[in-house]
Amino acid sequence: MFTKPIHTKLLYLAILAAALLLPWYVPDAYIFQIVTMSVLYAIAASGMNLILGFTGQVTLAHGAFFGMGAYGVAIMTKAGIVFWLALPVSALIAAFIGLLIGLPTLRTRGAYFAIVTLCFGVIVWIVSGNWIELTGGHNGIFGIPRPSPIPVPFFGQIEFFTQTGMYYLALAVLLLVLFALYRLVYSVFGLTFMAVRNNEPLADSVGINTYATKLVSFVAGCFIAGLAGGMYAAMMGAVSPSAAGYMLTFNFLIFVILGGMATLPGPVVGAFAIPVLMEFMQFLDDYRMLIFGALLIMVIIYFPMGLVGGLRRLNQKVAAWRQQKFPESDHASR
Amino acid sequence: MLRVESVTKRFQGLVAVQDLSFEIIKGEILAIIGPNGAGKSTVFNLITGTLKPTSGQIFINELDITGARPHQVASKGISRTFQTTSLFDQLRVIDNLMIGYKWRTNLGFWNTLFHTPRWKAHQAETYQRAMETLDFLGLAEKHDQFVPALSQEEQKRLAIGIALVSKPHILLLDEPTGGLIQEETDRVTDLIRRVREQGTTVCLIEHKMQMIMGLADRIVVLNYGKKISEGAPAEVKSDQAVIEAYLGGEVHA
Ligand SMILES: Nc1ncnc2c1ncn2[C@@H]1O[C@H](COP(=O)(O)OP(=O)(O)O)[C@@H](O)[C@H]1O
Ligand SMILES: [Mg+2]
Repeated sequence: MFTKPIHTKLLYLAILAAALLLPWYVPDAYIFQIVTMSVLYAIAASGMNLILGFTGQVTLAHGAFFGMGAYGVAIMTKAGIVFWLALPVSALIAAFIGLLIGLPTLRTRGAYFAIVTLCFGVIVWIVSGNWIELTGGHNGIFGIPRPSPIPVPFFGQIEFFTQTGMYYLALAVLLLVLFALYRLVYSVFGLTFMAVRNNEPLADSVGINTYATKLVSFVAGCFIAGLAGGMYAAMMGAVSPSAAGYMLTFNFLIFVILGGMATLPGPVVGAFAIPVLMEFMQFLDDYRMLIFGALLIMVIIYFPMGLVGGLRRLNQKVAAWRQQKFPESDHASR
Repeated sequence: MLRVESVTKRFQGLVAVQDLSFEIIKGEILAIIGPNGAGKSTVFNLITGTLKPTSGQIFINELDITGARPHQVASKGISRTFQTTSLFDQLRVIDNLMIGYKWRTNLGFWNTLFHTPRWKAHQAETYQRAMETLDFLGLAEKHDQFVPALSQEEQKRLAIGIALVSKPHILLLDEPTGGLIQEETDRVTDLIRRVREQGTTVCLIEHKMQMIMGLADRIVVLNYGKKISEGAPAEVKSDQAVIEAYLGGEVHA
């Protein structure tokens, strides 16, 4: 039902190999840290894409849920709870708060949800900067411990004191999240997300509980944001309000839209490509935002599926060419 | 099978449906006709839960479904199409049908995430039923295409298919041949006949008198939200009230 042509699979394998071997050919600690951050952003943006891209619900609080994961892990691990427990609990807290936000706002169609999440995102950011007893105010929380080593029989243990260990942890979570999203999205269940995005009254009339569908999508997306945030806290060793800020939300939004809405690779591509672009445009200072604004509008108009959508069009041309050349080889789809 | 009991719907000042009662009987093709603005589509919206009646009740097999949400009504085996062809136009033809079958299955979040044996069975069943329906619609070879690639008639067929794929007890069709030429109308009429032969009860709203006379077992005539006549096509055609309503309005309703 949902198969990919062979050259696409090969491309994915090559990317996976490059990702696994990364510590061997990126020795520069600064660049390595940027890459690791991109992995975390890719996780969070993938969660946002589930809500925004696949289900069509404009959430503008994704940075806030990332922040809940980050502060959750920071506060819990400082209180002596092991990271491996603090991480899922923080993500569950983000998911639960997402549920509380979604329950009253996802009932109706329209801009209501976008407006409420936008306000909520700003409120969380303000609270994180001012609830000094809990969050340490604008200074944030320091000295967050690294995850404790995982013992492996016959092998010793996996440690996370190095940047490399954290990178592999982040990569593993990204792959796991993408795998879960792949299963969810490319299935009949996943089609209901797209049904809600595409034509909610029709979805309703064919027996889909659109309210529940939107809730599931939103809560799952918030959980993923919380996971990414939690790992961010352990990796950086510190969190401050910027880890829960609305600027973060807009970054995720840019990753998703420029990378490719409603495509699984889109947010990942966005999370890696955009920071690199940003880095190159460093000299432009805040004028960068002007360029991104223009770029965003162009992409929304001409490439609604972003970079990945553009590549897919190219891919379809390649598939058509292959079919012409080798008529009875694989039948390309999607 | 489905009973509408003194249902009234008011929109602010306007009374769109007034004290309407009728019944859809198992196995029949019932047509609802009437001039533009008579309240026909509103009746469908009331039955399917898209709108809530101001007063009155609606029963399916003696079960009160008044005020139920649309997805709940659908899961009682009541399917509908919309007057303006409504499809999932960002998706493929086969996807449209699989979405229509979903409520019959157990394809939820956890089943899908863990690929349970039940997931595998239901996913396969959904695909098979969708293909079967495409065969029935005569759209099998288009299964992999996206909706905008279909002709207008094919889109109308697909809309019927989305409603039909879940094997509903009652199929409500809102002007299934609206905007089609004679030849296409004949093909869709034939499709509706075959739907009934399969054992699905059909209730349709139509404008084309000639088509309705040959297709429907019974007809309910609405005018200004009120039922002005009901009966077999021949009876309705010779009913004085109907003739007046139609002569007063447009000839073809
Ligand atoms: N959602 C609505 N809000 C306000 N008025 C409506 C609504 N739906 C229908 N109406 C009005 O109710 C009347 C009946 O409409 P409708 O049921 O669509 O007629 P028909 O399908 O018989 O042509 C019309 O006057 C229409 O303007
Ligand atoms: Mg109508």
